[in-house]
Amino acid sequence: MTDLHQLTIHEAQDMLRRGDISSVELTQSVLDRALAVDNDVRAYICLLPEEALAQAEAADRRRAAGDDTPLLGIPLAIKDVICIQGVTTTCGSRILENFVPPFDATIVARLRAAGAVFLGKTNTDEFAMGSSTEYSAFFTTGNPWDLERVPGGSSGGSAAAVVAGEALGAFGTDTGGSVRQPAAMCGVVGLKPTYGRVSRYGLVAHGSSLDQIGPLTRDVEDAAILLGSIAGHDRMDSTSLNVAVPDYVREMKTGDGLKGMRVGVPKEYFTEGIEPGVETAVRAALDLMADLGAELIEVSLPHTEYAIPIYYLIATAEASSNLARYDGVRYGLRVDAPDMWQTYYDTRQAGFGPEVKRRIMLGTYGLSAGYYDAYYLKAQQARTLLRRDFERVWEQVDVMACPTSPTTAFKIGQKVDDPLQMYLSDVFTVSLNLVGMCGISIPCGFSDGMPVGLQLMGPALGESIILRAAHAYEQATEWHKRRPNLTERMF
Amino acid sequence: MPYEPVIGMEVHVELNTASKMFCGCSAEAFGTPPNTHVCPVCLGMPGTLPVINEQAVRYTVMTGLALNCTVQEHNVFARKNYFYPDLPKGYQISQYELPLCQDGYLTIDVGDGHPTEAGQARRVRIRRVHLEEDTGKLTHVDGYSLIDFNRAGVPLMEIVSEADIRSAEEAYAYVTRLRQIVRYLGVSSGDMEKGAMRCEVNLSLRPVGSDEFGTKVEVKNLNSFRSVRNAIAYEIERQTRLLEAGKPVTQVTMGWDEAAGVTREQRSKEEAHDYRYFPEPDLPPLNLEPAWIEAVKGSLPELPDAKRDRFMANYGLSRYDADVLVEDRAVADYFERAVRVAGDTINPKLVANWVTGELFRRMNETATAITSVKIKPEDLVALIRMVKGGTINQPAAKETFGVMWETGRPPQEIVEERGLKQISDAGELAGVVAQVIADNPDPVAQFKAGKETIIRFLIGQVMKATRGKANPQLAEQLLREQLQSNE
Repeated sequence: MTDLHQLTIHEAQDMLRRGDISSVELTQSVLDRALAVDNDVRAYICLLPEEALAQAEAADRRRAAGDDTPLLGIPLAIKDVICIQGVTTTCGSRILENFVPPFDATIVARLRAAGAVFLGKTNTDEFAMGSSTEYSAFFTTGNPWDLERVPGGSSGGSAAAVVAGEALGAFGTDTGGSVRQPAAMCGVVGLKPTYGRVSRYGLVAHGSSLDQIGPLTRDVEDAAILLGSIAGHDRMDSTSLNVAVPDYVREMKTGDGLKGMRVGVPKEYFTEGIEPGVETAVRAALDLMADLGAELIEVSLPHTEYAIPIYYLIATAEASSNLARYDGVRYGLRVDAPDMWQTYYDTRQAGFGPEVKRRIMLGTYGLSAGYYDAYYLKAQQARTLLRRDFERVWEQVDVMACPTSPTTAFKIGQKVDDPLQMYLSDVFTVSLNLVGMCGISIPCGFSDGMPVGLQLMGPALGESIILRAAHAYEQATEWHKRRPNLTERMF
Repeated sequence: MPYEPVIGMEVHVELNTASKMFCGCSAEAFGTPPNTHVCPVCLGMPGTLPVINEQAVRYTVMTGLALNCTVQEHNVFARKNYFYPDLPKGYQISQYELPLCQDGYLTIDVGDGHPTEAGQARRVRIRRVHLEEDTGKLTHVDGYSLIDFNRAGVPLMEIVSEADIRSAEEAYAYVTRLRQIVRYLGVSSGDMEKGAMRCEVNLSLRPVGSDEFGTKVEVKNLNSFRSVRNAIAYEIERQTRLLEAGKPVTQVTMGWDEAAGVTREQRSKEEAHDYRYFPEPDLPPLNLEPAWIEAVKGSLPELPDAKRDRFMANYGLSRYDADVLVEDRAVADYFERAVRVAGDTINPKLVANWVTGELFRRMNETATAITSVKIKPEDLVALIRMVKGGTINQPAAKETFGVMWETGRPPQEIVEERGLKQISDAGELAGVVAQVIADNPDPVAQFKAGKETIIRFLIGQVMKATRGKANPQLAEQLLREQLQSNE
């Protein structure tokens, strides 16, 4: 039998329902694994063994009483930018090192109601600003396939935890690729829902018009299960969509998979910056999709070259405003100084790391009097052009396929001092956030021993169709079943 | 060279909605224990999001319509970014490019500084009416600053005028008129002393006849209607002195020091904020349906001017009486209820006399609001009816009114209990009259000698003998009859 901590969510659901295992056994197995490998992987900022086991016991009691909510007794990890009531939520930042939210994020409340067990909070680049977890104020997470490499980011902790057996599934957040890119680099599935599909209430804001919470899982079916458990309208989030949530698992399995599906291949996403090993794996995946009956159609998204500049103007502008609340007045770090303004300066100087400061400065500049029209406003106008690119393509195809990231996981330290290189790691993912549509990254091969991700992009509220395409591809491959070799050692 | 002041006003009005602008906390902030009406949203905790209060939007649209504005269908909230400890999120959710209401006007009457004096009517154009959230409140004690966030997030409506105001009196008329309107609409208490209405003035001077603008000075910290008037008068004088001495006026923000009666510099232009406004990404654009706007329009109460005109036309009231009655909507309602109860039996002017006379006198003496008055309109009418029908006379009516004021009891009961019914029966009164004539030979003689006015003394004696209950007209008639018959 597989180790319990390596089960998929749907396998664990079946076993729990049959009574083969209890949630306590399952949770204990995952916690043991986390304790055995996390000193190397460092996926978690905080692990909650006692709370998790208590929740697992409660789940077992609920099941004994006849309850069978969808995630009853399933141990999951939460990225540390999402609030769990009573649990420190640091956002990977010194400024919130001791912040304990007095409320649950909407998705946490929904997961609780569905019976989930919360294992702990996973590492992230500070305020989800980064692509490697190297900008976490606390430590860098190791990629379980090669601990000297980054896991991707900013949801690197969640991606690493899932592939390392430290959680059955996890939640991350995706502002410019922060779920999909680490999923690709760690060899797991990562889904970014349509903007508004999932409530942002309780997700600590980075770029408000871009942020979405999404699942990181071991296969596509698990992603469908987790998405279904958190999606839906929330009156606490005015940007959440009031649209019924389909049964993603059922819709994923309905129909003929990839047969007859029109798959767009955006030519701008196969450029010179791609690592050869990544391109080879993605091209092979496209061939396989064609073999499975998909019709590959070359399409064009002509404004793609502007996506990174648009993104870094809008995301930083929103971030500069969103992060203004960290002033040491009401919660979080306060560095006392002789006067009020000095307290502000000293607190923010000590509390924020270099990348966050860089983005606050960029965003403040782009919104400043005299620069607003040239930067923020221009970026919003270009964003509209980008959206029209996508809307035109959806008239021709059902989904689009491309690499998730131009490279596999890079070495820790390799790009940390070169922000522009780091930003280019998201060159294929940021567009979807800017246009508010959905995408999924699934494992599609390896390059020099490191996982490669295939990104499938879909239109607004097209989650069912990208899941169906991803599931059909996954059924024909074994990539998602590979696991890294990690040495278990107790400290 | 004579100078003309050019004044624009920004008035902030706290809306009296049940809950705050973007969360479910009670919007009642004044006088509540500090930090009791707060939640993660209005404290700006990480991860929280705003949700628009529909009632606040409705109230703002009502105000805009009352100020003759165009209500915008497409509305966008914007973030105004600045740091201050009373601003939990580091930005205020406000409106910038697309406010709810634009391009209106308010008619003010100016005479003697009293808005209801029939004077020259002037139009002050309204540039915009928009909706935002209030900040918390700072209290400075012994080197510390305490913050109360009860007020943070309370809906705040900002009314911005064009620079159409030309004097301190006009500014005073403008703000008192605005208060009257928000009170009529029921959207705010309009109490300046409780901070429910706050004014900022932009003021510059220019030579009379010029159509260019001088250097603008902003005056803040105006906490009463009186301070609005005084601060403007002071600032006009200060700037005039500067200009006459050949010195330039510098662009600054001044604060009004009420105690000292002077304005003091708070902030120079160099320190002005760059608020980095941008559309609030947490709130989708607010699109108002034309039908919804029409429905709000249809639900507007009658406004003071229209009510005054109707009172004059329907009830035959003078402009002065009508103005006095409509100044407070609750008073106008009280008056109208009484008029309705009275029907055709009593002239509305008589009702108005009682309301603006005896009732206002008592209210002023005791600082009582109309809503706390114990006398029901129908009882006031009953009292007037008793006077008119001759059941009681004027002194008895005043006595009865006094008891009604104290107790709220109906007049019939009081008159009965106190035996205040006037003696209107000639048979009953004839004996008293005869006795008074017998007891007062000198005045009687004087009357007979042609001193007509002495009759008042004799009537007084009859009243005295009946302990005020005699019908004075009847007493006079009987006196004259008996004095003539025994001539």
